[in-house]
Amino acid sequence: MDQEHSDVIIAGIGQTPVGEHWKTSLRSLAAEAILAAIKDSGGLKPQVLYIGNMLSASASRQANLGALITENTGLTGAEGVTVEAADASGGAALRMAYIAVLSGAVDAALAVGVEKFTDVIGPESDSFLAQMLDADFESAQGLTPLSLAGLLFQRYLYEYSPDRKAFAGFPEVAHANAVTNPNAMFPRALRAQDYEKALQTGEVLNLFDAAPYADGAAAVLVTREDTLPRGWDKPVVRIVGSSLVTDRLSIHDRSDPLIWDAARLSIERACRKAGVMPKDVDFFEYHDATTLHATLSLEAAGFASQGQGWMLAKPAVIGLDGQIPVATFGGLKARGHPLGATGLYQAVEATLQLRGEAGKNQVKGAKLGLIQSLGGMAATAVAHVLSR
Amino acid sequence: MKDQGIINKPARSVGIVGYGAYIPRYRISGTEISRVWKGEALRGPVKEKAVAGPDEDVITMSIEAARNALARSGINPELLRAVWVGSESHPYAVKPSGTIVAEAIGAPVHIQSGDWEFACKAGTEALVAAMGLVGSQMGDYALVIGMDTAQGKPGDALEYTAACGGAAFIIGPAEEALATIDAQYSFVTDTPDFWRRAYQKYPEHGQRFTGEPAYFNHVKSATSTLMESEGLSPEDFKYAVFHQPNEKFPSRVARQLGFKPEQIKDGLLSPKIGNTYAGAALVGLTAVLDIASPGDRILVTSYGSGAGSDALVLTAKEALLERRSAALSTQDYIARRTEIDYALYARFRGKIAMK
Repeated sequence: MDQEHSDVIIAGIGQTPVGEHWKTSLRSLAAEAILAAIKDSGGLKPQVLYIGNMLSASASRQANLGALITENTGLTGAEGVTVEAADASGGAALRMAYIAVLSGAVDAALAVGVEKFTDVIGPESDSFLAQMLDADFESAQGLTPLSLAGLLFQRYLYEYSPDRKAFAGFPEVAHANAVTNPNAMFPRALRAQDYEKALQTGEVLNLFDAAPYADGAAAVLVTREDTLPRGWDKPVVRIVGSSLVTDRLSIHDRSDPLIWDAARLSIERACRKAGVMPKDVDFFEYHDATTLHATLSLEAAGFASQGQGWMLAKPAVIGLDGQIPVATFGGLKARGHPLGATGLYQAVEATLQLRGEAGKNQVKGAKLGLIQSLGGMAATAVAHVLSR
Repeated sequence: MKDQGIINKPARSVGIVGYGAYIPRYRISGTEISRVWKGEALRGPVKEKAVAGPDEDVITMSIEAARNALARSGINPELLRAVWVGSESHPYAVKPSGTIVAEAIGAPVHIQSGDWEFACKAGTEALVAAMGLVGSQMGDYALVIGMDTAQGKPGDALEYTAACGGAAFIIGPAEEALATIDAQYSFVTDTPDFWRRAYQKYPEHGQRFTGEPAYFNHVKSATSTLMESEGLSPEDFKYAVFHQPNEKFPSRVARQLGFKPEQIKDGLLSPKIGNTYAGAALVGLTAVLDIASPGDRILVTSYGSGAGSDALVLTAKEALLERRSAALSTQDYIARRTEIDYALYARFRGKIAMK
């Protein structure tokens, strides 16, 4: 590792429970996570806020989050701006904070992801979610993220003839890990037979194939080691690799709809920057928006060959004690998927792992973690490598 | 007058001196509705729901229930000082249902009459007002009715439960009561979980938002505040009746509050008649009064979207035993059923566009 990137460290983390926050506004959710991260850092004051959010302009009829959220957090006048990359917004906000500190432009930057999804329901929320797809060529045809994932899943079944029941392992592991996460939306175990009996939400996907969209906020305060408050005594977690890659937005413009190039490249580049190989990491916080996402993410990261990602869907492989632990606090599936906040939940959870503060969710001896946040069908992919 | 805090107890003690239910005869099953809208007969949130006939509306059904209440009370309708109908399906937007009901049952001209609207708690709201009228000695008897021909948009989740029916009560002095009303408490907030705008035919709802922050928060808050203030706990009640939009919600809220299934089963009618909206908790109470013994304590908590809950503690009295046979029982109405298919249902409920 060269000195340049080993300097960027995570000094503070904060998160709210993920769920249906009917009584808490967008601004209050964000404030809760931000203030927790500032407190966790020992009172470090960020000079810039990058706010990962996808839906506030449509679901909450609120744009201009930079001003709203700095003001409501007692940071009036600080630099603040929204970073939007569909459900990879949180990962993208973290990357902006990383770049800001790395460049020397600021000493401390805060990335917060916040989403207030449950303000809208039914066809309205479906149409807002579909904004992550290509409006002219995908959502105009009636596609939503879930229906498109369903079509791709159908193609996956056709191309590779996997054992359909094997996919149960993804939600099973996620739910098992969520049981001991106080911030998880569904901290309940899921049995393989529950998966087999689950309500079909489409031709091929069932209820447990898709992560629940939810409300929540998570924040990460990034700084350099030399600006840490005096007396700071937590284990130092460094951001040693960071990459954001885009792909063609529409699935039909890609050479193979089941190969997610941006997902692969973002991990390759983040790992190259970190000087590590994906196989070296102790855990992988992947973007399991659906079991198709889980499968293709594992393939993109190189943990499985093309068409074989589903074979890893076993507790022995991806569980906390497995070869490549994923979704260590429940992942999108069971912790919940607050869209633009999700990437920062991953960063918060990875930091807990690397600090050794993950409690019952601890991956033993975790020193190197990989997190990846995907926007839509991996049209935007953001990967970070974190190291203790 | 002494300060009574937030629990409503009128200066003069009051009670129910007459009660009557009305449930129309037609039933449509959940499986029949899902056959039409989902292509297969699936089990719904209730087994079947009561459907008004083509010549019935909130006014005609209110008259039926009011006549039953009068029969049980034994009072001359000339003595009524109020006729109040709570509903979210008043036949007229402007023109009271109450005046038609009053004239049909022989109430005098010197009455208070007006229609009440608070989604599914319009009936209990009218009942609380009647407690005030009788309790202040402005009058001796007031007739209150909760009745609905509830609207559910064809194909919507509400269509499986939105039902027709309700109940009427004559509130009078406690000494004459079949059941005394011992204490009452209401809990109200601005919670937009379900609404219907003017000129709209069908209501809209906030899906899962209608659960925890709406129904459960209000029913639990109203019930537990009343029980705590009165020093009562679930074991002190023989029966409990909760607003019943389906089978699941009242069963769950009862469990959460510490009530046992045997305390709610007799007043839980929604599996057989659906959600009668402003009538739901009240018609459940009539089924309990049909079987209660003197001394039995009864809890009733309604819920109206928008949102609020009225909770009441009642005690059954000796007079109930001889007077309740003066009208058809609620179970008689439930047993009197004619099953119809979706086509007849669509015709009866005016869902076929004729022009």
